Amino acid sequence: MSTIRIPPVLRENTDGRRTVDVTGATVSAALDDLFAQHPALRDRVTTDGKLSEFINVYVNDRDVRYRDGLDTTVGADDTIILLPAMAGGSR
Amino acid sequence: MTFREVNATEAVALAADGHRVIDVREQNEWDAGHVVGATLLPLADVAQRIAEVAPDKDAPLLLHCAVGGRSGRAAAWLSQMGYTNVVSMKAPIGDWKTAGGAWNEPQEPLLTPAQQRRYARQTLIPEIGQEGQRKLLDAKVLLIGAGALGSPSALYLSASGVGTIGLVDDDLVEESNLQRQVLHGADRLGMRKVDSGELTIRGLNPETVVVKHAERLDAGNVERLISGYDVIVDGTDNFDTRYVLNDAAVKLRKPVVHGSIYRWDGQITTFVPFEGPCYRCMYPTQPPDELAPACSVAGVLGVLPGVIGLLQSNEVFKLILGAGDTLAGRLLMFDAMGTSFDEVRIWRDPACPTCGEGSPYHEDPT
Ligand SMILES: [Zn+2]
Repeated sequence: MSTIRIPPVLRENTDGRRTVDVTGATVSAALDDLFAQHPALRDRVTTDGKLSEFINVYVNDRDVRYRDGLDTTVGADDTIILLPAMAGGSR
Repeated sequence: MTFREVNATEAVALAADGHRVIDVREQNEWDAGHVVGATLLPLADVAQRIAEVAPDKDAPLLLHCAVGGRSGRAAAWLSQMGYTNVVSMKAPIGDWKTAGGAWNEPQEPLLTPAQQRRYARQTLIPEIGQEGQRKLLDAKVLLIGAGALGSPSALYLSASGVGTIGLVDDDLVEESNLQRQVLHGADRLGMRKVDSGELTIRGLNPETVVVKHAERLDAGNVERLISGYDVIVDGTDNFDTRYVLNDAAVKLRKPVVHGSIYRWDGQITTFVPFEGPCYRCMYPTQPPDELAPACSVAGVLGVLPGVIGLLQSNEVFKLILGAGDTLAGRLLMFDAMGTSFDEVRIWRDPACPTCGEGSPYHEDPT
């Protein structure tokens, strides 16, 4: 069982939960389990079945872009972080 | 064992011949001018520190003070302690100069007495000291946005002596700002934020130079706005501005301390052009509006910009001082709801259009 951190903008799709426990040996499988548990999330972060480019995915502190992308393996105690850019600051 | 006393002409010759010059006067006398290459060892410290200053008891030493009294006493002690080659100059120190001895005129003090008092708690820190404080006083920091994130930076950077603070903001103070924009107050409603900011900063530290840019940063003015500054603090509220700022900052080699906030969550990192990743390396594509609502739509916790803004100020300090480890290459995330920090690594993307292999800005503009 690994854990996915849900960014604040997506928590309305996870009933406010900040983390969701998932099973799956790769990022892709873990995300499938996440979408099975919270179906509304799928459309918000995927386009044509692929994870949207504006969402960075980290396994622990490593960006999967510099590993094996969605095929990056996920261990039982790993944390997956979904991180879209945040804009807020001044106003 | 005894020591020898010499006049100034002999002393100058001995120094030229390899005698180590030790000045046994006080710090304030030293500061008013001293022999080039001499070591300051006030008379009261001689017994305690001589072994560290001159471990070799047979090394040739030339002691001097203002006229020869203190150096004579020091030389007598050293001889008793077993130093074999000690000379004391018995002459007014002015004669040293007349005899052609090399002399360092007094240096301009790094800090005025008032600055020494004001920044005393900070100059005590070994990594800062008077030299670091001088760097802060000489530094020019530009805050993009005099709102939520800009407020704590403006307050603390000014209070702690950053000499010049530029404020870029074309907004007026509104009531809904006051819950978190502590640079402004209830008596400033309707005032331009740059004017309100200047008033507050003046009150905190009249010495701070405030440069007001009452305009909105865009592709047309960004290079003019940032070119005169050493560090840019990005607290803007939209992606377009962040990308415009990023590209210009990479081009002009300006470090940018990035902060963003949303409800209970904050992010912060530092972009150092061509040394670490840039904003486009981290976020090549901007999210659609519904995934990136502004604070005005989504809301933001009042203390959150305080936490994130001061972490940004902390980065500014280290960039100016050249000390410590910045967040370059690391994104720090703060979750106010759980009171927890997380960190992920961010990498320079070789394919980044702004700072990657195909960057148009590899040529250093200077
Ligand atoms: Zn880049």
